[in-house]
Amino acid sequence: MLAYLIRRLFAAVVMLVVIILVVFGIFFLVPKWAGVDIATSFVGKQADPASVEAVRQKLGLGDPIFVQAWEFFKAIFAGRTYSGGGDVTECAAPCFGYSFRSEQAVWPVLTERFPVTLALALGAAVLWLIFGLAAGVLSALKRGTLWDRGAMVVALAGVSLPIYFTGLLSLAVFSHSLGWINAEFVPLDESFSGWFGGMILPWITLAFLYAAMYARITRATMMEILGEDYIRTARAKGLKEQVVIRKHAMRSTLTPLLTMLGMDLGALMGGAILTETTFSLPGLGQKVLDAIQNQDLPFILGVVLITSLAVLIANLVVDVLYAVIDPRVRLA
Amino acid sequence: MTAPLHEPTAEAAPSAAEEAAVAGADAKAVQGRSLGRIAWERLKRDKLALTGGVVVLLLIVVAIFAPLITNIVGQDPDVYHEDLIDPLFGTPRGSLGGISGDHWFGVEPVNGRDIFARIVHGARISLLVGFLSAVVAVIIGTVLGVLAGFFGGWVDALISRVMDGLLAFPQLLFIIALVSVMPNEMLGLSGTGVRLFVMILVIGFFGWPYIGRVVRGQTLSMREREYVEAARSLGAGRFYILFKELLPNLVAPIIVYTTMMIPTNILTEAALSFLGVGVKPPTSSWGQMLSSAIDYYQSDPMYMVIPGLAIFITVLAFNLFGDGVRDALDPKGSR
Repeated sequence: MLAYLIRRLFAAVVMLVVIILVVFGIFFLVPKWAGVDIATSFVGKQADPASVEAVRQKLGLGDPIFVQAWEFFKAIFAGRTYSGGGDVTECAAPCFGYSFRSEQAVWPVLTERFPVTLALALGAAVLWLIFGLAAGVLSALKRGTLWDRGAMVVALAGVSLPIYFTGLLSLAVFSHSLGWINAEFVPLDESFSGWFGGMILPWITLAFLYAAMYARITRATMMEILGEDYIRTARAKGLKEQVVIRKHAMRSTLTPLLTMLGMDLGALMGGAILTETTFSLPGLGQKVLDAIQNQDLPFILGVVLITSLAVLIANLVVDVLYAVIDPRVRLA
Repeated sequence: MTAPLHEPTAEAAPSAAEEAAVAGADAKAVQGRSLGRIAWERLKRDKLALTGGVVVLLLIVVAIFAPLITNIVGQDPDVYHEDLIDPLFGTPRGSLGGISGDHWFGVEPVNGRDIFARIVHGARISLLVGFLSAVVAVIIGTVLGVLAGFFGGWVDALISRVMDGLLAFPQLLFIIALVSVMPNEMLGLSGTGVRLFVMILVIGFFGWPYIGRVVRGQTLSMREREYVEAARSLGAGRFYILFKELLPNLVAPIIVYTTMMIPTNILTEAALSFLGVGVKPPTSSWGQMLSSAIDYYQSDPMYMVIPGLAIFITVLAFNLFGDGVRDALDPKGSR
């Protein structure tokens, strides 16, 4: 068990270094190859030449690429001081970059927005797990029935609908036409009921998409497992059907879904960009849209980095949970 | 399951061929049937998949002949019809977003451009990006997947790690990041041309691991099969085995995964255009129309419903068709 955990932890640290280098590559190497002036894309196209030059010096864009990569890497753990063009800019650790355009460090802005994203993702996850798993398991057990067909048609429609369309439709119907829900976002510390009301539609919209995906995958996995030999053995030794389903089939169906849940939640920590945009939720995803519109590249960089770290952590947690659930993993 | 299965562990192409031989022996028809023929006969019985296929075909025709269609209808996607707009609210006159005999899907708020023409032209962007990025993914995925499965060892380890890594991370975010650091002019292209080129490349790049994983697995299992062994013992070289023995058998799974990838790519393109990193105005795309419809969902809901339905119908048709193709080519996968 301990050896397994140490191995996973080591792999995660290696992966962390790789991720940071890849993100550095996307934002500093790819533009260079494509012939884009990096300094300009960091301050925006309207900036005057002097401030572009200052940013060029601050980012050390004239340095060898290895030095730049090392500075980028070091900043995340030790902070960074940007100097150039006559002034000095401090960016405290963890420095996920500095927006010269809006003159603020990226990390504090991200942490401020993070709770909204977290609430959106967790609330939706509860909904999609309940409905997605239930629909998938029932469909697999009642294969070919009207219920199965109906559920799968809804699920197929669910994965074919863009989330910003379902979001807008739900806004138009439930908030505007029927007036059931006030869909304005209200911060949690102002009013709980207002916050809850504002989150209902985003939760349902996001959960609908994922519930559809989870239902399809749960059904497929469960049906494959029901065909396995050990299920036949379990039935042959006279176990009640209920026990066979609950103790044998369900358990093996849920383990691969745990991996998926870990990855999906990790990815959503970077903001459900489309959902947050549609409902104007001030989370990380909306910050990405703002950054696109204002050409404020450091914020995109920051969100990419924070999401990658979240995926990494989620994977690590899933690995540990696997070891707890599945003895085969522990002993391997 | 449409036919008896005799080899539950085998996948896709080989088992389908063997199964056909068995089914052929049982039935009256003695002559051999090709895999494509069997698949087509299964597909013909799947009404939903056929419907999807017909819609897909129609959409392709619409996309190819978009300028011709809008000419015949007598509408231009870029012509303003300000006379059709209520100057007080900026929304179209008449009910349902200005739907009329001239403007079948109504007109846009504020400037009154014809929505039907813009939807028809938008189909070009959606399908072009959907197809071409799938082609990019198939090329990279097949080459690297075969390399990993065929050579094994460190080549396999490296390629598999990269695939796992790419699949684990949120693609939309990385695609946004890559698209936003790309230049506005390159390779003699500018504006929409560059955006299209970049989108196709980037979406294709993030899609290849899906193909690569399947191809690798298939290659791995086929490498050890008797017919490859036979070819090897007859003195066939690596490349002969690769191109003559393995690749033809990979065609079926590649087709299946390509048809299933196209709808995802179309959704990604729409999302990018929705977020403003896709094609640039005045070129019309469905995602972009939805993004401008956000401001009018209360006063002119039809403006949002039409591009939304266009995306939905297209993606659903591809998904239905893709599921049908999978079931037809891969008897084990007929879930």
